[in-house]
Amino acid sequence: MPEHRSNPDELLRRIQVQAVMAGRARFKIFFGASPGVGKTYAMLEAAQRARSEGHDVVVGLAETHGRIETMALLQGLEVLPRRTVLHRGRSLAEFDLDAALRRKPALLLVDELAHTNAPGSRHPKRWQDVSELLQAGIDVWSTLNVQHLESLNDVVAQISGVRVRETLPDSMLERADEVELVDLPPDALLERLREGRVYAPDQASRAEGGFFKRGNLLALRELALRRTAERVETDVLAHRRDQGIDATWPVAEHIVVCAGPTASSADLIRAAKRMAAGLRARWTAVSVELPHVALSAAGQQRLRDNLRLAEQLGAQVAVLSGTRVSDALLSWARTNNVTRIILGKPTHPRWRDILYGSVLDEVVRGSGDIDVHAISPETNTKPGGAAAERQIQPATRWRDYGFAIAVMVLTTGLDALLHGLLETSELVMVYLLGVVLVSTRVGRGPSLLAAALAVLGYDFFFVPPRFTFAVSDTRYFLTFAVLFVVGVVISGLTARVRGQATHARAREQRTAALYALSRELASARELGEVIASARSHVGGLFDVGLALLPAVADRQLAELPVHTDFAFDERDRSVAVWVFEHDRAAGLSTDTLPSARCLFLPLSSAGHQLGVLGILPGDPSRLLDTAQRQLLDTFVNQIALAMERIALEAQAQAARRHAERQELRNTLLSSVSHDLRTPLAAITGSATTMLGDAALTPAVRKELLETVREEAERLNRLVGNLLDMTRLESGGLLPKKDWIPLEEVVGSALDRAGHTLHGHEVQVRLAPDLPLLELDGVLIEQVLLNLLDNAVKYTTPETAIEISAHVQSDHVVVEVADRGPGLPEGTQSRIFDKFFRAPSGTGARGTGLGLAIVHGIVTAHGGTVSASNRSGGGAVFRFTLPTEASPPAMPQED
Amino acid sequence: METSDALVLMVEDEPQMRRFLHATLTSHGYRAVEAATGEAAIVQATQCNPDLVLLDLGLPDMDGLEVTRRLREWSAVPILVISARGQEGDKIAALDGGADDYLTKPFGAGELLARIRVALRHAQRGPDAVSVSHFGDIVVDFGKRLVLRAGQPVHLTPLEYKLLIVLLKNAGKVLTHRQLLREVWGPHAASQTHYLRVYMAQLRLKLEAEAARPRWLTTEPGVGYRLRLPEP
Repeated sequence: MPEHRSNPDELLRRIQVQAVMAGRARFKIFFGASPGVGKTYAMLEAAQRARSEGHDVVVGLAETHGRIETMALLQGLEVLPRRTVLHRGRSLAEFDLDAALRRKPALLLVDELAHTNAPGSRHPKRWQDVSELLQAGIDVWSTLNVQHLESLNDVVAQISGVRVRETLPDSMLERADEVELVDLPPDALLERLREGRVYAPDQASRAEGGFFKRGNLLALRELALRRTAERVETDVLAHRRDQGIDATWPVAEHIVVCAGPTASSADLIRAAKRMAAGLRARWTAVSVELPHVALSAAGQQRLRDNLRLAEQLGAQVAVLSGTRVSDALLSWARTNNVTRIILGKPTHPRWRDILYGSVLDEVVRGSGDIDVHAISPETNTKPGGAAAERQIQPATRWRDYGFAIAVMVLTTGLDALLHGLLETSELVMVYLLGVVLVSTRVGRGPSLLAAALAVLGYDFFFVPPRFTFAVSDTRYFLTFAVLFVVGVVISGLTARVRGQATHARAREQRTAALYALSRELASARELGEVIASARSHVGGLFDVGLALLPAVADRQLAELPVHTDFAFDERDRSVAVWVFEHDRAAGLSTDTLPSARCLFLPLSSAGHQLGVLGILPGDPSRLLDTAQRQLLDTFVNQIALAMERIALEAQAQAARRHAERQELRNTLLSSVSHDLRTPLAAITGSATTMLGDAALTPAVRKELLETVREEAERLNRLVGNLLDMTRLESGGLLPKKDWIPLEEVVGSALDRAGHTLHGHEVQVRLAPDLPLLELDGVLIEQVLLNLLDNAVKYTTPETAIEISAHVQSDHVVVEVADRGPGLPEGTQSRIFDKFFRAPSGTGARGTGLGLAIVHGIVTAHGGTVSASNRSGGGAVFRFTLPTEASPPAMPQED
Repeated sequence: METSDALVLMVEDEPQMRRFLHATLTSHGYRAVEAATGEAAIVQATQCNPDLVLLDLGLPDMDGLEVTRRLREWSAVPILVISARGQEGDKIAALDGGADDYLTKPFGAGELLARIRVALRHAQRGPDAVSVSHFGDIVVDFGKRLVLRAGQPVHLTPLEYKLLIVLLKNAGKVLTHRQLLREVWGPHAASQTHYLRVYMAQLRLKLEAEAARPRWLTTEPGVGYRLRLPEP
């Protein structure tokens, strides 16, 4: 068989497991058959040895039960102080998990692995504390009795008659790197018990009568030994595998157990666990949702409990849906390479199978090469089927019964009219029609009533002898039976169809919600939108309040939620932090901090932790429903994906912006280095000429000095532009607005432009009705200066420049027009961009900043800029300034 | 009208600027002393009693405003502040704090000398003396409260006339918005700059050839106004 050798996948998996094993904390269990065999003693003895070898050993918790020999062994070991918890007026001393995590010893001793923690602790069970310790990298030694193993719970109950409540999943025992059996023959144990070395004498005698019966102890010892033997076998197999000895490598088994809403299903699940453990197979618990079957609240609760039990025992859980259990189960089993199916033996009467069909029978017939195991429930519980499930029926109203009666009365009336025309045996057809009509319209009860009324009416009114219930001809009994069966069958079919429709609607609703959420999330561009979508969809479906805490930099959770529907307090936050740090769900309905009022789910995607989602349900029990939880998990995954996408987009955008800035900086640097150097070169040249050569004519000297002055002014303008641009870019250029006549700004701009106009004639035409404008005089003057400068640069000195302004609806339009070459085609839209220089025939060069500054300043004033070519040649630059606000009043004079 | 051998205290931390100022001043008949810091400036001012202080606002040790304030505690010496463009706020603060005028870097020698001359002249004549009675084609007859433009009387409202008088008294010197508002409208109106702007616009309309290109009633952007003196 090809399965007998290690395939590459398996080898790879083993390598991965070994890699994980190498780094992970080691876990050792001192395993015993019953209390009193000396597990704690053995553990402490080993701890003393470890300490003497120089290991960092700390006792997290040791239950000595006052036994002197055991207490003596604590001598010299560091013992963590216990945490005192007040519960119902009693103070309980509990193991202090946080103290242990803080102390972080190399090896920690935690006694009694199956212990149940006091309410309000982080985890309900001690084994969960131990899991967290192991995860934190601390080696742990602990003790365990065989009766606490979940998969043996029912067996132990059968042997001892005592249901052990403190159980722990078998996975903990499997997780242990080492299991040391602490064994004591029952007789020796009983001896110790009698000597009072296990319990105080009065307790001891009670114990001997109860749990510590010799028979019990023998059976428990056998269980413990067998369990240890299984464990040893596993180790041997693992060893063989590692050494490539694959002679007896078993087939990769996959076991499926069909779980239902009955108490006996739990036994089935445990049996499956034992089989899976024996075969070293993976296993799955499956429940099938049927559209026409609705579970009662108690049934739902039991089903949830059963599925959780399976999960705890290490199974995967799948909720299927289909019209027939057998079909859904078998098709799932085929696609998932299932090798064995475990079903419960039927406990109901045989006639039900004949009437409704038997799931077991159907599965067996359809199973093909899959083995089917039918297992009888071990506990003597009533098959809960009838109590747990009921047929879905539309709520039957009295009106429906009325409808049934009315139809039957009408039918009888119609038959009475037809009585003379038809044979008696044909009259039944009308009744049949009536029954069909009733049963397609209303539920089963009224249909049955209609069928009964039809039989009675037909018999009473029409079947001879008439007007009695007596029947002379026995053939009519067949007619009665047909009437009745038709009513029952049709109403049953109708109910089924309706149920399917309801179920389909519910599914449809979930699918639609999921679809709507994914679609909305796909278009979400920021966290706020994600929250809004999550809020409306998750909140709508589950009736919950949400709180979202995003991750901030450096694997830190945000202090406060970015969104919350409820008062988010310190307790909620502590749970959220735990979830974030462990990347696991915690809080309500989970194993960690179940006393919290909220469920917290980690939002993570591909190893990135994006935050934590808190869910405060209106009805906490809905969180326990596996199907709902799966849907919720899907939602959460979608949300996490959306958040990650947004984060990635933000990163991409930041990168893009960075690149743009980089490009801008490069342009700026090249521009500055050119534009600064040109005037500097001219200045240096002129100055050195004058310094070095005494024979210059006065005219030449003057010309050189003019050059120096002009170039210095050019430099000054450039520096001014750079400063303005920097201030604009950094957002530091806020207009200091004042009410100013535009005339004044134009005047001061022309005054400052002075001789840089190079003889250009400037014509000013300001409309006489210009109002006072609210603007920053210095900045708008700069706008005009830059526009004038631009016009001068691109035109020849003999052409005129025009400045004009007029009111247009709610703004003033200011134009600076020239008679130069105009704007090259296609540059109008880009001319106000930074570092854009229009190609020019005159060889004029600017920094490409002037117009960008114009744009920035005007925009800061709430105006717009534009540029176009004039009719008759030349360019016109236009900017607007709003006149929405009316200027302040002036006191009247004269 | 050169006021020769007047003593000018230059407070400037840049050596190049000091060199330029020194050369310009001494070649035009002024005596010059230098200070590179605010502290040194105050010591120098008490020791040599200058006729004028040229004060850079960007000193390394002390705010130029602080220097102005401390000088004004005991001295009425004219103070000319030097600052860069974009520091309008500092200029206004210095002027309202007692400085007489300002220069924006970069400036030419002509501008510097003109400002010094105006400042020295105002210091000599005292604050209330009217320095000029005519500019361009405008003549003001103070006795008759009459303003003539090219020989023709111009009607001015009382506030316009008052504004013109304040400008004439300080001819050549910058006046901040606040100073003008306080003088003409009174202390309560010191922040109503739009009064001032509207009246300046009216004055220009009545007295200037082209209101949008004033020759005499000039604007100091962001700071205030100045009645420009005819070029000597």
